Amino acid sequence: MILLEVKDLRTYFETDDGLVKAVDGISFQLQRGETLGIVGESGSGKSVTNLSILRLVPDPPGKIAGGEVIFNGQDILLLPSDAVRKIRGRRIAMIFQDPMTSLNPFMKISRQLMEMTQLHLGHTKAQAYEHAVKMLETVGIPDARTRADSYPHEFSGGMRQRVMIAMALSCEPELLIADEPTTALDVTIQAQILELIKKLKQETGTSVILITHDLGIVAGMTDHVIVMYAGKIFEQAKTKELFARPGNPYTKGLLRSVPDPTAEQGKLYQIPGLPPDVAHLKPGCPFAERCERAEEICRREFPPFVELTPDHHSLCHFANEVYGG
Amino acid sequence: MVRFIIRRLLITIPTILVVITITWGLIKLAPGNFYSGEKRLPPAIEKNIREKYGLDKPWYQQYGKTMWNIVRHLDFGTSLRYEGQSVNTIIQRSLPVSAAVGILAYLLALVVGITIGSIAALKQNSRWDYASMALAMLGISIPNFVLGPILVLVFSLTLYWLPPSRWGGFPSWNLILPVITLSAIYMAYIARLTRAGMLEVLRSDYIRTARAKGLSEKDVIIKHALRGGLMPVVSFTGPTLAFLLTGTVVVERIFSLPGLGNYFIQASLNRDEPLIIGIVAFIAIALLIMNLLVDIVYAYLDPRVRYQ
Amino acid sequence: MQPEPEIQTELGHDEFIKGTSLWRDAWRRLLKNKLAVFGLVVVILITLASITGPTIIKRTFGFTPDYIPTGDMKLVRSFPPFKGPDGEFSWTHPMGTDNAGRDQLARVLQGGQISLFVGVIATLVSLIIGVSYGAISGYVGGRVDNLMMRIVDVLYSLPYVILVIVLLSMFRSQTPRGQLILLFVALGSVSWLTMARIVRGQVLSLKNQEFVLAARATGVSAPRIIFRHLVPNTLGPVIVYATLTIPQIMLTEAFLSFLGLGVQAPLASWGSLAADGIQNIAIFPWQLIFPGVTMALTLFSLNFLGDGLRDALDPQMRTI
Repeated sequence: MILLEVKDLRTYFETDDGLVKAVDGISFQLQRGETLGIVGESGSGKSVTNLSILRLVPDPPGKIAGGEVIFNGQDILLLPSDAVRKIRGRRIAMIFQDPMTSLNPFMKISRQLMEMTQLHLGHTKAQAYEHAVKMLETVGIPDARTRADSYPHEFSGGMRQRVMIAMALSCEPELLIADEPTTALDVTIQAQILELIKKLKQETGTSVILITHDLGIVAGMTDHVIVMYAGKIFEQAKTKELFARPGNPYTKGLLRSVPDPTAEQGKLYQIPGLPPDVAHLKPGCPFAERCERAEEICRREFPPFVELTPDHHSLCHFANEVYGG
Repeated sequence: MVRFIIRRLLITIPTILVVITITWGLIKLAPGNFYSGEKRLPPAIEKNIREKYGLDKPWYQQYGKTMWNIVRHLDFGTSLRYEGQSVNTIIQRSLPVSAAVGILAYLLALVVGITIGSIAALKQNSRWDYASMALAMLGISIPNFVLGPILVLVFSLTLYWLPPSRWGGFPSWNLILPVITLSAIYMAYIARLTRAGMLEVLRSDYIRTARAKGLSEKDVIIKHALRGGLMPVVSFTGPTLAFLLTGTVVVERIFSLPGLGNYFIQASLNRDEPLIIGIVAFIAIALLIMNLLVDIVYAYLDPRVRYQ
Repeated sequence: MQPEPEIQTELGHDEFIKGTSLWRDAWRRLLKNKLAVFGLVVVILITLASITGPTIIKRTFGFTPDYIPTGDMKLVRSFPPFKGPDGEFSWTHPMGTDNAGRDQLARVLQGGQISLFVGVIATLVSLIIGVSYGAISGYVGGRVDNLMMRIVDVLYSLPYVILVIVLLSMFRSQTPRGQLILLFVALGSVSWLTMARIVRGQVLSLKNQEFVLAARATGVSAPRIIFRHLVPNTLGPVIVYATLTIPQIMLTEAFLSFLGLGVQAPLASWGSLAADGIQNIAIFPWQLIFPGVTMALTLFSLNFLGDGLRDALDPQMRTI
């Protein structure tokens, strides 16, 4: 059952440097109950994609220039503002990368949680408070009842992210979008948070979109993966398939960059070069300059989106070869 | 929190004593006296005057007596110029005038400034934004002794809408021009501060979170953005109050209001020692207490500051 | 603030992008800001006019700011702008005259000389005191720094301007020159506090950088380090704050002169001109309006310039 379908989404930014096509023609689907991973380097457009789904892109300078975002049969991009606001937090919830700055430092945690249910579920103050405490307990905040009236700065980073998760799941949304939820946290805490998300997903049946640059996280958490680069989808496949048989040189490069503790490696591999300047893209494949397999055609012509299997696509002139070899 | 307040009060007292001492010292060190005007007085009369006011005693005795009276009874003595009136009485009488004008001016500045600044921030880079910031810049640049008379010229002497000067009691039409004149510059500062503060807050992550939660834009601004965005205005209150005092001096002069500022200037020009010291001490105390209040309010508003 | 080395931004690009120094960058940004440029131009114009104006007027019309026409009693009164003795249009007095018949334009320009002069010098005074104090406090650090900053805190809470008023009321100098010096000291002492804080903050953050370590390792003495190495690197915020201080000091001087405590006759500043002018506001409003508007225009421009400088040099400094 398709919960979310994104078709040809385009989000552009007007900057002093020129028109930045942060997201340039993205299409994907999310099945109910699934976890979709979006992987990419900084600047690949993964965060902007998510902001676009909820129409949270700051305008100016950003603008959703085209496409459809169909959620439960309705195109979010065409809805009037108050309809979108009803979806935010209630049907689709989002958590962000940096819990330090994402919570209002001037407001008690309890109040920030209560806001959600009072707004969307019509709770009274008492109901909302109880619900908030319950959510805090669910995400594993010790002494939830006493700590509910604290301020964000009184919590550690990991705790704050748990609070954010509690807040996001307060109204039992159908979709949770997690934008690099663990990037700002210590490695040990990262694992805890990811486990928490996994557990909650299983208990509530929420679908998840998980954005990250860390392939390790993708491997452990997701059913499907999208690899983004320069605002485009370079590869999409089931997670297991992507790791076992990548069909794109970029993906291959990413996989190679993950250090393997068991293998004896001389040098750590790194994809050569830097991500391109998205304001001034050259014709042809955006990855051509850094690609090991690149040939003349790659610099001239934009690559096709090749279907390797019905469930596995790759944006490359040589997709089949890469897939095979 | 209580310890913080007590500590501040403890520092306040010596500070005020220092201020009084400095003032006293300046007056004593200066050449000339309060009784010497244009004419030289005959020596006999001069001697009488000096005896009467205790000016013939050595300086440390004078200092001691002055300080003793102040510390013991809060008695600042009698004015040298206004016969028979005690300094405390004069202060009591003139304070309400200054307070009325000052408080009204500050409130006006807050209301207008915050409103204009917030709207400018919300409509950033629009014509409204540019216009109001240009106006704010003008407000900072026109001295109050230019603005006041111009307002009087237009509204009193040309249009006959408002009375030009003098104190008419509280409340009365007489208040309008002085209050506007005094508050203009603070309106401007507060508008700019509010705009800057709001812009910064509106860019922050937690506002993005608030929007992602589905709150209406109105709620986002009022419940989330305003609190953080107004912090610069709160911390500016301290210096504002200090400047208001000096502004009051000029405004009371221009509009002939019998307030603390006017008495202060008059006393300074008359070299009326007890009155000068009395008013200066009062102002110093008032400032210190107000600064303390501002710090308390700031701590109350920003929970991050509280736990130190 | 040293010029940056050439930076490679993109692999495979044939051109290298040259780094520029902080100052060139800032200058370019400043020029882009139209309001700041406007401010700069107006300030320069008014300054030039103030400096050269009275002399030019003297040459062409024969008025000095103090020239009181004797002889023809018809001339000893206040003319409105651009009007002559019989009410006819005349170019002689574009800003009118005061009660004694003195040409306002000349007076306003000369007032500008004094006002600007006082503003700049007093700012310099506060600069010198503030920068030294802050740099020393920041560099030495520790207990001394604590103490010095405590003193600043205490001083900050004093009703400074009130004390300055008392000071100026008591010590009226006999000579106008003496009064000016008194003003420099009094005004300069009001604003050095914030300068000291800013500089101290800068020094604290620069103190641990490598070039300071290098200087110490090679035995450079502390005062030399402070003044030759650290202070030049704090110039950015210092310049910005100085540019914003000048109008503040000018305002303070103006209102002190307005109260009769500042500049003494025969010298005049815009403030004292305003004080003179306000006497006759009902009948001869131009006596107040011209000095007032000129002053407002100057301050307006200085403020824009200061804002522009701050945006150009350090956009992060924006707090007000």
